[in-house]
Amino acid sequence: MFLGIRDSAELALYSTLQMKTKSHIRFRLNGEQTEVAFSPHKTLLEVLREDLNLTGTKHGCELGECGTCAVLVDGRSILSCLMLGLDAEGRDVKTIEGMAHGAELHPLQQTFADTGAAQCGYCSPGFLLVAEELLKKNANPTRPEIQEALSGNLCRCTGYIKIYEAVELAAAKMRGEEMELPREAVYGLD
Amino acid sequence: MSGKRNKSTPLNVVGKPFRKVDARAKCVGQTKFADDIVLPRMLYCKMLRSHLPHALIKNIDLSKALAVPGVFAIITGKDLPKSYGILPVSQDEHALCIDKVRFIGDPVAAVAAIDEDVAFDAMNLIEIEYEPLNTISSIDEAILIDEPRIHDYGDSGNIHKKVSLEFGTVEDGFAEADLIREDVFFYEGNTHLPMEQHAAVAHYDSDNKITLWSSTQTPHYVHRALAKVLEMPASHIRVIATPNGGGFGGKSDPFNHEVAVCKLAMITGRPVKVTLTREEVFYCHRGRHPVLMKFKTGVKKDGAITGMHFQSFLDGGAYGSYGVASTFYTGALQTVTYDVPRYKFEGLRAFTNKPPCGPKRGHGTPQPRYGLEVHLDKIAEQLNLDPVEIRRNHLVAPNTVTANYLRIGSMGLGKCIDKVAEGSDWKNKFSGWNGNSRKLPLGKGIGIACSSYICGAGLPIYWNNMPQSGVQLRLDRQGGVCVMCGSTDIGQGSDSILAYIVAEVLGIDPFDIRVVTADTDLTPVDLGSYSSRVTLMTGNAAIQAAERARELLSMAVAEKLGVPIENIGLAERRVFDVENPELGVSFAEAVVLAESKYGTIGTVGSYTPPRSPGKYKGAGVGPSPAYSYSAAVAEVDVDPDTGIVVVERIWIAHDIGKSINPMLVMGQVEGSVYMGLGEILMEEMAYRTNRNVVHKFPSMLEYKSPTTMEMCDVKTYLIEDPDPNGPFGAKEVGQGPLLPVPPAVANAVYNAVGVRIDEVPITPEKVMKALREKARGRDGRFGPGAVPAVDWPEPLRVLTPAEGGDGKELPKVAVHS
Repeated sequence: MFLGIRDSAELALYSTLQMKTKSHIRFRLNGEQTEVAFSPHKTLLEVLREDLNLTGTKHGCELGECGTCAVLVDGRSILSCLMLGLDAEGRDVKTIEGMAHGAELHPLQQTFADTGAAQCGYCSPGFLLVAEELLKKNANPTRPEIQEALSGNLCRCTGYIKIYEAVELAAAKMRGEEMELPREAVYGLD
Repeated sequence: MSGKRNKSTPLNVVGKPFRKVDARAKCVGQTKFADDIVLPRMLYCKMLRSHLPHALIKNIDLSKALAVPGVFAIITGKDLPKSYGILPVSQDEHALCIDKVRFIGDPVAAVAAIDEDVAFDAMNLIEIEYEPLNTISSIDEAILIDEPRIHDYGDSGNIHKKVSLEFGTVEDGFAEADLIREDVFFYEGNTHLPMEQHAAVAHYDSDNKITLWSSTQTPHYVHRALAKVLEMPASHIRVIATPNGGGFGGKSDPFNHEVAVCKLAMITGRPVKVTLTREEVFYCHRGRHPVLMKFKTGVKKDGAITGMHFQSFLDGGAYGSYGVASTFYTGALQTVTYDVPRYKFEGLRAFTNKPPCGPKRGHGTPQPRYGLEVHLDKIAEQLNLDPVEIRRNHLVAPNTVTANYLRIGSMGLGKCIDKVAEGSDWKNKFSGWNGNSRKLPLGKGIGIACSSYICGAGLPIYWNNMPQSGVQLRLDRQGGVCVMCGSTDIGQGSDSILAYIVAEVLGIDPFDIRVVTADTDLTPVDLGSYSSRVTLMTGNAAIQAAERARELLSMAVAEKLGVPIENIGLAERRVFDVENPELGVSFAEAVVLAESKYGTIGTVGSYTPPRSPGKYKGAGVGPSPAYSYSAAVAEVDVDPDTGIVVVERIWIAHDIGKSINPMLVMGQVEGSVYMGLGEILMEEMAYRTNRNVVHKFPSMLEYKSPTTMEMCDVKTYLIEDPDPNGPFGAKEVGQGPLLPVPPAVANAVYNAVGVRIDEVPITPEKVMKALREKARGRDGRFGPGAVPAVDWPEPLRVLTPAEGGDGKELPKVAVHS
């Protein structure tokens, strides 16, 4: 927090760097060919939020610990706060805004909403994308497999339990199975 | 009364697991949190914070910083000379420090620039000359060291507040006791760690009016503070609380950064945004006070308490915040679970040069609850009583008033204890206090604890005679309903509660309703999301507003249908004759009829908590319209070779009164258990033990909170015993279930490996130290020794209700005041 420019000479150099032409990339974003220009030092997270106005992806910790910035790059979940925007050139990036199919929510989005797995909702975009990645790889994950897959995402509201239940419910739906939340998940034990 | 619902009317919305009204928006990334707001030509603010824990500000030179291209304005303390603070008795904060800094992280200047990078660079070119002062880094130091004073107000020296209250004569209680036990405990401070960092955007429009969007739990209190500090009429200031990405009490103070962006917007004429880094959130803090506690309790052989003397010592950090209330809270709720006929409370809050402490989930009650529940277990061991029995046999009765004048209504703790004892198979796992006949293998342990929490503070932060909560309804002639209320949704679902309750009373669907909240220009005042007040208070206000609307609709439709008003029912978007349901109109038609008859349809409802029977000084903290109760059994696995504690399972029973939405209630229980787990196992706001008082863990990398891999299994029981003061009987659930978890785990650790960790968090290092001590034949305990010697004032003495007291303090016979 207190590192940085010490004198005006350093500052002049830094200002010159900042005044350089923005870098321009082309990549596939949420299924669409996209071009964007931005200061080259920016992370993918900053580019998404600030230069592309996609504020669904969140920041939480500035150092890759909390998972709120998770997006899918070429199908793989990565922390966008630890990836340079420049590295998205030519890649396939998916954010929370691209998870729904037009007006139809992804089953995970439906179940997260229906089960109360989203309380404050700040961590939800990150969880949803990582869960989507899990279900692509494993259509019938066990509870421990879900816990491990989601262990890089922090939530301070839910205690995670409704999140697991929402993932299990969505997985069942995606397998074409009828499933409801067990009664004790909604009403507690008798 | 016309069209009134009664207890036997079946419920269509309340009690059902509807999704929240904002759930889908959160799952598609549409919800606009404060940092998601972007306005044209917006500037970015960075706050320069002190790197010294205690120092005088001798000089500030902004010249180099102002010369940076892209910097539009820089403000310092002299630009905002008015002080503020959440409590009227401790208005000790300035948006930017004027003459001294009091902790590392204390803001001294604010820069508005074209982007954050420029603001950051400019911030580092601000030159400040400090004159360091000696630091106060602990409660002990604050008690011993009077100079330098961190603040020039307070009890004396660096003691912020001292409280001394006695209900009945506690010595009489000790005289009656078969056993008197003393224990000392320490509960380390921890912080809220909401996933969303604080952020705010200020806009100064061409009419010279300010709008502030902020991630705050208390827009009304922020509104009041801004009017004071900006020296502007409140009618020209609009505060909008954006959906909070978690609050837990960390976003309940008016903040330096909120004031700063408003001022910068006024100076520059451009919108200004500030977003705190995670490190800055640690410095902002307002989290759980570290509390040192001493219990001295007299009991009969059967475990009945005859008297209790409790002392608490709070490390308040550098500012008042809610601290005076926190101090009283540490002493307030000991009497609401087990009967305590005589009670003495002494509490002290110290100023130290650390980030200020304030309210965190449970606000001053988790610490003493932890102490009480472990203390009670130790008493049970001495008396050779089962920990479940000692609690179950001495519960406070419903509809009684405690020794300290807290009025208990519904009290479902007995049922809670029964459920978790049965569910956990306590009888077959707890094998008594004799270590030789274990039912669980060594290393596995089981422990129980109980707790209670308020459903809203009985009094507002600033004393007034107005309602604590207001709801306004507008009915549209095409069937839509708009509910407006000042409440703030911090993820708990308070917006949805309004929709569910109004939908229930008006017989429509929750998704027909538009909920508008937390906007000081548009919504009636609700004091904010703190003290678990929102469901109870806004719920009751919403019922009143909706019933008034229902009455208008019923009268208009009854007239149209030619049936008595008593026959009118509202359900499934229709208003009809209950004896002949085919005879009726749609909800929209009912509104048309009512609007034709009465004019534009709008109703209000409000809620004020009942007056407390306590009339003594300090009686304002503790009273509540209702109390929730929780019981938890923890099953743990302690590795005696590493000291690592794994909590396998928590059985938790919560006396909710009535679930407005059981699925959301489950979410609050599970989330509260999670947060209690984090506190007992790993969370700590610790500082280096040298004079520099530097925070050890101001990042998410180092400050540990549980991931999916650490979260235990949770078995939940919801006990529904409706409270007459709650909306549809509902009590709180956002904070209560956290409280029994830390002590249940501590008691389970003792059961597992025979050592007492009388300190929170229970870390492997502490367990190993205690195990080594035990192996050497010494006391297998890790925890604080004695409490500091303090010159306590003569207690304010109050006769208990049982003694025929009237709630007022006895006249002092003292010679001087």
